[in-house]
Amino acid sequence: MSNPRIVFNNVSVDFATDRGPLRVVDDVSFSVAENEFICIVGPSGCGKTTLMNIVAGFVQPTSGRATLDGQPITGPGRDRGVIFQEYGVFPWLTVEQNILFGLQLRSSKVPKHQHQEIGRRYLELMGLTDFAQAFPKTLSGGMRQRLAIARAYAAQPEFLLMDEPFGALDAQTRSKMQDLLLEVLQREGKTVLMITHSVDEAVYLASRIVVVTARPARIKEIIDVPFAYPRSEGLHETQEFGALKAHVRDLVMAEYEVQQKLGSAAH
Amino acid sequence: MFNWQEKHIADRLRHLGLLLLPWVILVAVWHMIAVSGVVNGGLMPTPGQVAQKFWQLLTTDRLATDILRSTQRVALGVTLGILVAVPVGFLIGWYKNVRTFLDPLINFFRALPPIALIPLVVVYFGIDEPAKVIILFYASFFAGVIVMYEGVAQISPIFIKVAKTLGANDAEIFSRVIVPMTTPHILTALRVALGVAWATLVASELVAAQQGLGALIQSAGSFFQIDVIYVGIVCIGAVALSMDLALRSATKHLLRWQDRVEGS
Repeated sequence: MSNPRIVFNNVSVDFATDRGPLRVVDDVSFSVAENEFICIVGPSGCGKTTLMNIVAGFVQPTSGRATLDGQPITGPGRDRGVIFQEYGVFPWLTVEQNILFGLQLRSSKVPKHQHQEIGRRYLELMGLTDFAQAFPKTLSGGMRQRLAIARAYAAQPEFLLMDEPFGALDAQTRSKMQDLLLEVLQREGKTVLMITHSVDEAVYLASRIVVVTARPARIKEIIDVPFAYPRSEGLHETQEFGALKAHVRDLVMAEYEVQQKLGSAAH
Repeated sequence: MFNWQEKHIADRLRHLGLLLLPWVILVAVWHMIAVSGVVNGGLMPTPGQVAQKFWQLLTTDRLATDILRSTQRVALGVTLGILVAVPVGFLIGWYKNVRTFLDPLINFFRALPPIALIPLVVVYFGIDEPAKVIILFYASFFAGVIVMYEGVAQISPIFIKVAKTLGANDAEIFSRVIVPMTTPHILTALRVALGVAWATLVASELVAAQQGLGALIQSAGSFFQIDVIYVGIVCIGAVALSMDLALRSATKHLLRWQDRVEGS
């Protein structure tokens, strides 16, 4: 494995609540290397999103260190593109203006004459060319999600951080989006950290799966996914896929039970 | 194609009809009441008489100046009021501490009717132009600031997070995210303030105004010129309505990105 780029060293996070500090992440250590596709799976409400927010720079560890190329992560930056669960497509900009947003900022190093070309490329890649001049209000959920991905890509980040990016999509759109994502990654090469609660999605997309426990999130197991890229739909039918999926599901379900009890104890 | 055009024209005509109908009914009812004698003779002029008076005042007398003066005062009061209400409303909506600090004060002053402050305004600012504008400013500011801060407080922080991850600095977050997100609220604040300012106009022109629609109504009242009172009232309504229409069409253009519930 090549050099680790993102490293979590005994990271813990406490949130302040009315009843004192609440531990949401507990002693998490793992690392992400160049061009890896890491999926973090675990029961909902366990603190997965906090892990991603640490990498994105929105949350600082209470103890331990989270570093990027050896430097502590102190805030968000254009090297880490984030795709949020709720998309966050700018409604006041057209589809094309949304895609170009990152390029037009002062921190962008892409020369101006290339903007149009880059915009055109991602519009085409995400199947949004016909909607370039439309406002997001006219787009479906799947199209908004593609727009959010196109916008994150166009800013040319080195990392893509995704929080349940396909959670709100119907099954068919979701499956198409997964393939599109794999296709784009194949072409452009990025390091990806994705949060999901879908075991199937994790096994299909990831090169490594990090299973986390019920709250507070600890690492339960890190699983290497042996399937070579490029992957395609047919992988779902193989026995190896089924076996790995069953294994991950057992791990997640056990934690789901624990999280359920936690939830009912809190009320 | 031809059919489509025909249908289009029919739709436009129907739309125009719906727009005009309430006015036609209003004028008709007014006319009938005036001629029926229900109201004591001479106390209620007919629409025709008011229109005649309007034309007479417009061509031979002070009406044009009155309309202009009042419009200027409202425009100035609202502009100043909104210029202050936008940053203040933004700060209150955005920073929780500022809200805790300013919210009670704002609600205290908002409850005071501008007309109750007129004697004090006269004492401190005299009876000249500034006094009238200050009252309109007061009314527009408090109408606008509430709309602004309620709107800003509802803005989802997700867009700012997105902009940060795309590499925006603070100035860019302000100009490229916060300004477009607050534009709808600024426009609403402006519309509400305009309405309130016109409603306060007559009160502000009670402060010894010589000119203006409020002053026209005042003096007509003391000379029992009922038709002139009607002319003044209709003019206030008409100018306020046309300002609102202009603002609405500007809003429609500026906010074409917004999801709006608008029947076809």
